Amino acid sequence: MRNTILFVLGIAAIVILGIDIYRIAGLPDERNQGAIFKIIFFHVPLAITAFGCATVAFVSSILFLVKKNFKYDAIAVSVTEVGLAFLAGNLITGSIWARIIWGVWWVWDVRLTSALVCWILYASYLMIRHAVEEPTQRARLAAVVSIFAFIDVPIVYFSIRLFRTQHPGPVFFSSSGSFPPDWSLILLFNLIALYMLGAVFSMIRLNQEDAQREIDSLRREAHAF
Amino acid sequence: MEFARQVLVIAAKDLRAELRTKEALNASAAFALVILLLFSFAFDPDAETTREIASGLLWIVFAFAGTLLLNRSFARELPNDCLDALVAAPVPGAALFLGKVLANYVLLIAIEMLSLVVFGIFYNVRWTVQFGQLMFVLVLGTWALTIMGTIFSALTVNIRLREVMLPILIYPFLVPALMSAMQLTVGLMAGKPIGPETANWVPMLIGFNVIYTAVSVFLVETVLVG
Amino acid sequence: MHAVAVDGVWKYYGDFPALRDIRLESEPGSCLALIGRNGAGKTTLLRILAGFNRPGKGTVRIQGREPRETETRRNIGFIGHGIAVYDELSAMENLTLYAKLYGLDDPKRVAMHWLEQTGLERVRDGLVREFSRGMRQRLAVARSFLHNPSVLLLDEPFTALDDRAIAVLQRLLREGLAAGKTIVMSTHQLREALELASHVALLNRGQVAFHGLRTPEMVADPGWVYARYGEG
Repeated sequence: MRNTILFVLGIAAIVILGIDIYRIAGLPDERNQGAIFKIIFFHVPLAITAFGCATVAFVSSILFLVKKNFKYDAIAVSVTEVGLAFLAGNLITGSIWARIIWGVWWVWDVRLTSALVCWILYASYLMIRHAVEEPTQRARLAAVVSIFAFIDVPIVYFSIRLFRTQHPGPVFFSSSGSFPPDWSLILLFNLIALYMLGAVFSMIRLNQEDAQREIDSLRREAHAF
Repeated sequence: MEFARQVLVIAAKDLRAELRTKEALNASAAFALVILLLFSFAFDPDAETTREIASGLLWIVFAFAGTLLLNRSFARELPNDCLDALVAAPVPGAALFLGKVLANYVLLIAIEMLSLVVFGIFYNVRWTVQFGQLMFVLVLGTWALTIMGTIFSALTVNIRLREVMLPILIYPFLVPALMSAMQLTVGLMAGKPIGPETANWVPMLIGFNVIYTAVSVFLVETVLVG
Repeated sequence: MHAVAVDGVWKYYGDFPALRDIRLESEPGSCLALIGRNGAGKTTLLRILAGFNRPGKGTVRIQGREPRETETRRNIGFIGHGIAVYDELSAMENLTLYAKLYGLDDPKRVAMHWLEQTGLERVRDGLVREFSRGMRQRLAVARSFLHNPSVLLLDEPFTALDDRAIAVLQRLLREGLAAGKTIVMSTHQLREALELASHVALLNRGQVAFHGLRTPEMVADPGWVYARYGEG
């Protein structure tokens, strides 16, 4: 049953993305930036999806601490890994854009810098999971880190924004015109498709996590006595 | 009040133990001095560049040297399983945590004052001009360092690679606080008081401290009790 | 009201159950010897009783309350594998610290009293790291008794004690039992433990394989319980 849902969601996501890419390719180039501006159709949804993953991880971590049910821990780790991948996509598309437009591989603008710091924050969540072997302790400590990380996300953003108001630098994606409504629709569909993909990847990872837990406990049982 | 008394008992115990051995203090102070020395080779300190880089440098020194100290905070309870006895005692986790925060804070301020003096000498920066406001920033910024360092020290106490995990965890989280402290220190090092451009960093730093102190106190029992 | 009541306790490490459906009661003034092979779950159970870990399922009540409640913690004395005293502090400083943490009146006098009880008054200002092993063990005993706990939870307390320390601990335990304290003690040293025990429980693979009164057969042949109820 779960696998059928995954399959359907995956196909739907690919179909939507396919349609969108086709339409994006057909759009005219932007006045100042040329074709590269089209990367925004992926750059922005990737960030939004990553933030969605962070939110799910936050809620899941709290639920684990309250209910002590390991499925919440599995959700938290799966969703965080997927979110990290999406956020990396956001950073990479940002870097590509910066290279084409500004000639540099990186600009320290507010959103990119915040994204980078948040990426490192959640990467440290994965690192602490690797450092703890015992599953219950690992889940508990990771949940605490996840809660801390989510609280830091807005603080990081506002602090870097404050920094940038005083030390203005290149602003990523200052598009001069406004966004026509049908283009916003493409963006929205991309967002939906990415959320669906995110759900698919998370569920695959969830299956993996459940299997790993079962193996761990069986191994422990076999070796304990 | 019972809670305050317990906090002071824990703080006094940590301070007494540290001052007797001075292991972490010495390591931290030595590390701070070495970083200050090495940085002087990284660039040629004429007046203008020094002052601009100075505040950033200083808080990096505080953060790095501080981590050495903060790591010891809960790690010192590991030999002989002393942490068990502390957790078993009728002391709220929050009191245990705040007691250690207090002790760490005192030690960290000491290291920072030493670093400031050495920094002023090596880099020829007159940091006493805005002494009051500089101390104000020091007080706030050090609290941020201490809170994050102590809670993560508790979190990493029982895991392997503890000395490595603490810095990896703590620095990304501290970005807003370190940034605020650095921005505030820049002007103060140049002799300018906190003005309209920099005033916004103060609420940022205070907000950071309040939020993370509250969250840490709330979660410390979860961290310590399996 | 039972002094110690364990009801349906399971403890998981991941999905692996280290403790399975433990049910035990202890009355005030009783001494329960918890025996079992390594890995059977004795330490896990004791740590749950002491409040260091929470059970995955089931309830634990010490004198009718949860182990983590402040009042309960005031009444529990715990000796684990480590001595839980600070190497860099003196014996006096250590005991005074714990007396203060437990909110006792006149902490210095209490500390001094227990140094005398464990024969350490002459080294009271010596740093613990300079002590011999037996002295460290005796200080650990002092630490766990000084707040006059009514429930004592001891994890293999006789292991690696020298004979002087054993004598001190046995004396204090006997006096405690006579005064109505409850003791739960895990042990490999069956002889010392069985002399004191009123009840015996055998843990096997996380389950209670036997729980009952200590009998003369057990004292005569400490391996009797294992042979009868254990595996292998």
